[in-house]
Amino acid sequence: MNVATATVAAPSANGAPPQLHFDDTVCHIKRGAQGNVLDIKDLCLWYGGVAQALYNVNMTIEQGMVTALIGPSGCGKSTLLRCINRMNDLVDGLKIEGSISLHGSDIYDRSADVIALRKRMGMVFQKPNPFPMSIFENVVYPLRVDGVRDKTFLQETCERALKGAALWNEVKDRLDQSALGMSGGQQQRLCIARAIAADPEVLLMDEPCSALDPIATAKVEELIDELSGHYTIVIVTHNMQQAARVSDNTAFMYLGRLIEYGDTEVIFQTPKAQRTQDYVTGRFG
Amino acid sequence: MDVTANTPYVAAAAATANRVRQTDLRSRGEPFVWVLGGTLAFGIVMIIGFLLLVLWNGVETFIPKPIAVVATANGLTIAGEPTRSDAFKPNENALSGLADDVRAKIAHNAGLASRTLYRVGNFDLYGEDFKWVTDYDVKSVTYPKDMVFVERMEWGPFIGTVKSVKLDDQVIEGLKLDDPQFVKAHDVARARWARIHKIERDEIGAINAKVERARLNVRRAEMKEGRDGPAYQRATAEFEQVSADSHATYEHLAAEVQELRAVNDKSSVTFADINGREKTVSLANIVRAYAANDLGMGQELGVYFSRWGEFLADEPREANTEGGVFPAIFGTLAMTLLMVIAVAPFGVITALYLREYAKQGRLVSFVRISVNNLAGVPSIVYGVFGLGFFAYVLGGSIDQLFYPERLPNPTFGTGGLLWAALTLALLTVPVVIVATEEALAAVPRSMREGSLACGASKWQTIRNIVLPRALPGVMTGIILAMARGAGEVAPLMLVGVVKLAPALPIDGIFPYVHLERSFMHLGFHIFDVGFQSRNSEAGKPMVFVTTILLITLVAVMNAVAIVVRNRLKRRFVGSQF
Repeated sequence: MNVATATVAAPSANGAPPQLHFDDTVCHIKRGAQGNVLDIKDLCLWYGGVAQALYNVNMTIEQGMVTALIGPSGCGKSTLLRCINRMNDLVDGLKIEGSISLHGSDIYDRSADVIALRKRMGMVFQKPNPFPMSIFENVVYPLRVDGVRDKTFLQETCERALKGAALWNEVKDRLDQSALGMSGGQQQRLCIARAIAADPEVLLMDEPCSALDPIATAKVEELIDELSGHYTIVIVTHNMQQAARVSDNTAFMYLGRLIEYGDTEVIFQTPKAQRTQDYVTGRFG
Repeated sequence: MDVTANTPYVAAAAATANRVRQTDLRSRGEPFVWVLGGTLAFGIVMIIGFLLLVLWNGVETFIPKPIAVVATANGLTIAGEPTRSDAFKPNENALSGLADDVRAKIAHNAGLASRTLYRVGNFDLYGEDFKWVTDYDVKSVTYPKDMVFVERMEWGPFIGTVKSVKLDDQVIEGLKLDDPQFVKAHDVARARWARIHKIERDEIGAINAKVERARLNVRRAEMKEGRDGPAYQRATAEFEQVSADSHATYEHLAAEVQELRAVNDKSSVTFADINGREKTVSLANIVRAYAANDLGMGQELGVYFSRWGEFLADEPREANTEGGVFPAIFGTLAMTLLMVIAVAPFGVITALYLREYAKQGRLVSFVRISVNNLAGVPSIVYGVFGLGFFAYVLGGSIDQLFYPERLPNPTFGTGGLLWAALTLALLTVPVVIVATEEALAAVPRSMREGSLACGASKWQTIRNIVLPRALPGVMTGIILAMARGAGEVAPLMLVGVVKLAPALPIDGIFPYVHLERSFMHLGFHIFDVGFQSRNSEAGKPMVFVTTILLITLVAVMNAVAIVVRNRLKRRFVGSQF
């Protein structure tokens, strides 16, 4: 869809979003030393022009931190994540209001370059989606589409990314073999390697472990732990234990609203909002 | 739920609970399995039956058959290959002249008598190739060992006996057809004949092409500058030079042909038919001769395979009912490949736009439905369109622009290989579009998203991820298009297929590939031989053989495409875990 209309679009025909009985977002976050990478302001989103999926989301993503988005199915956490690298542009009839700034510049601005934006962000999907190419070509794909031809540079990048994804030792002897022959866990780590190959500023992960077995999940979680610090990571997860284990900050979303956002420990141990408490204690969701 | 409302039902259930409940026949589904399986079996039996019929008739066509000499009650003697028998109802007049026991027998058979068709050959002597003989007329049937079957360049086969053989003006009595001396002389004479043929077709053809080119240069110069320009003078001078040179070469070649002919005329074989009428045939005009009733297994196989070889590699003769079909094989292959070259990019690009770029809406739906409907338009309509648009409009314009000096003789302005291929491409493009669209739609969304998330543009995603992944599906479309295109005949009759093409579309004369030439096609060949020839009875076996060939050709092309597709599949689709 057209970028310009997304940002300047008028509110939906039914006017202001229906006022459900929600508290305002409870935000208690200690500011990271390095400041914010992403600044999401009053983000509203409609699918097909009528079904509102996000209501006035306000949040900041801190540099070098792992931020987890949790909430029940359909609460809009994946939608929010996919707004960050504008993957939602692929959806027909989508309307967005509000703004998301990456290092201060609005990514939904009329002059923003979507392709350049996506190059600054890596994304890992729910299901491993390696391309039908060799392992090597999979990892260097982001560079290839950039037109990089320097062979040594590609090889170095491939090695660095695979090491970063803790996959190097397993595949270093079969880089020219098809990526489709790997196990599911390996494929997902390959996708992580691909996402970090171009050295992105933000790593977006959309339930990266939901299609993996427990052992592969443990490996990916370990990897996220290692990557945090180097990268700013936003991770969507269904699994609350996972969020508690891997993240620094946690955002709890419910029915398209951001209910509570703050330190992971606080969210899971002493949440301020009643809904958050109900959710993390398993009373609903 | 209100239980009391359901009481009658509960009571009925309690009543049936005592019996052993049997699943209702309809809900078990077995009858439907039988119906489905039976339908499939019926289809398979039909296809196998058809293939077996074609295969059997085609395979046995070239087996040398014995020659029967039949003496009939009314004093006639004929010699020929028994071809087929059937039952018929003799008329009253014929019946009245028969003996009582024969009549009783016919009456016993519900008034039917049987008769046999003999291929008697000798068209030049009898004016007919085949003769029916009623079985009750037959006095005796013998198979004399000296009967020979002769395939000639002209007049079809000769059936009779060898009277005398003349080699190099020397009459040799009692020389047999399998005598090494005869075989050698025959080979040499045939080689001379092949040389004459080559000179007449290729070398003199090349000279004519050269002179024609010089003449066209003159004409072009004249059209450009008029007769006074320097280019015209130059071209004319060159034309005269070329003509003179060519004339000298031509004289030389003609003399060689003359000489070869003279040598060939010295050798001939005189045959006699069963009634003693003689016929002398030049040795070079005998394609193959064998003593049909005196063949060993080896010789029989030799004749069989030499006939297949001739069929596959030679040009047709005798109005296509004999000889080979090489030009038709070549034409079919060339046209199909050209069609694929045209249809594949066109169909794929169209499908890419429709599926990937066009905004899905009413207009696109309409276009899609129209494309699907195009597949249902009768193919002859495409032929008319191809002739009108491609040949007359496009070809006519090309002639005006690039070959004005050849007018009024059309170059591209008439049916030809290119236009036939494009017409068939148009005919088969819906198949490719539909298959490609399906394949594109089947590429998982996660793949596209993965690529886009890497910062690839839409086109990069399509080129690197979507297209390779969809290629096997595209190949399926191309296979279907090929199968349809190779078997199509009706439109081709309008846009370039001919009964007998003077030259192949690829030859040694500049510019080597002649897309404007008319060509031969196996499908049309079947139609022509079976229904348009002077002698459909003689052409019938060729119909089967040509059908086998066409089916084989399509099957081979499809097999190649399927192998390619499976490779692509292994490479690009693989197994998602």
